[in-house]
Amino acid sequence: MKSTIATLALGIAVLATPALAADATLGTITIKQPWTRATPPGAKVAGGFMTITNTGKEADRLIGGTATIAGHLEVHEMSMDGGMMKMRELSGGLEIKPGQSVVLKPGSYHVMFMDLKSSPAAGAPVKGTLKFEKAGSVDISYDVAPLGAKSLDDKDAGASGSKGTNHGHH
Amino acid sequence: MATTDFLRRVRFAAWAAVAITALAAGAALLGEAQRANILGSAGAPPATARVGAPFELTGTDGKRFNSAALAGKPFAIFFGFTHCPDICPTTLLEMTNHLKALGERASQLNVLFVSIDPERDTADHLKLYLSAFDPRIIGLTGTKEEIASIAKSFRAVYERVPNKDGSDYTMNHTASVYLMDKAGRLVSTLSFEEPEETRQRKIDNLLTRG
Ligand SMILES: [Cu+2]
Repeated sequence: MKSTIATLALGIAVLATPALAADATLGTITIKQPWTRATPPGAKVAGGFMTITNTGKEADRLIGGTATIAGHLEVHEMSMDGGMMKMRELSGGLEIKPGQSVVLKPGSYHVMFMDLKSSPAAGAPVKGTLKFEKAGSVDISYDVAPLGAKSLDDKDAGASGSKGTNHGHH
Repeated sequence: MATTDFLRRVRFAAWAAVAITALAAGAALLGEAQRANILGSAGAPPATARVGAPFELTGTDGKRFNSAALAGKPFAIFFGFTHCPDICPTTLLEMTNHLKALGERASQLNVLFVSIDPERDTADHLKLYLSAFDPRIIGLTGTKEEIASIAKSFRAVYERVPNKDGSDYTMNHTASVYLMDKAGRLVSTLSFEEPEETRQRKIDNLLTRG
């Protein structure tokens, strides 16, 4: 019964997510489909992903922000170097050149929610702000994909995870 | 008189040093022999013969876990940490899915997740974190020295990366999953960048080979 409800809830969440995607605009900066994903219980970090487009004539930089669930937020880059996963804070922020889009996604650029106060849970969007060097701050609402999702509409992720996968832990 | 006494002491110290050296050499040889035995290096390709060595770490129940418990079954082992936003939970989820796909054959495989951030990954914290994944995945942590030692034997690397104001840190680490046969020899590795079917096939091959 419980698992039926969970499956149903997951199904509804999956069906509903595209409609919930909260695009945001701030001057010449557009942020499309911000999303994050459910974390294992006790997780202290989570990644935030989106596509940022600069339609202006000048470069801008994503330099930080906030998230209600996190103690602080950092702008990160992840990369693979041989078999090594490397992640670092972009201390100068992430440059968005004029006329270009930068995709923040798993395995690449991301905002990182650090020092989590609560876990992102499917169906409960994560609220926060993002701060750009020139454009200023904008409110962001991240849709929450299942644990391990590779994209917002990754239907395989989380489906076979055992207990706790999509439930917040209290 | 005093001189003789002094000389006697020097001679004793010299012999003691020889004895200690001999003991150490013996222990090293024994270690070598054990390793050769556990890894069954005879007949294995030289490039893969020296990956992995016997180890002892701490399980999520707080009890010591000795690699002797793995004898006779192939195992998959990978390194990570719970303050990892991406590859570690993803790999844990993938291994959960692989175990599920194996059905009954899953009992022929041990899956180990070793924390390279023992400072924050206590046994209790690891236990809580891993509760989101297949309960058959064995979580391991240990002292800094123990983790350094097992990582070195698997030629896995990791490093601490502080954030810009030094208030927090993250870890860079080897992301591959090592597939080891029942004799403790490296057979192949899984990368999270390859398709799920490829990974599943490698695991199937490992179990077929034993
Ligand atoms: Cu990060």
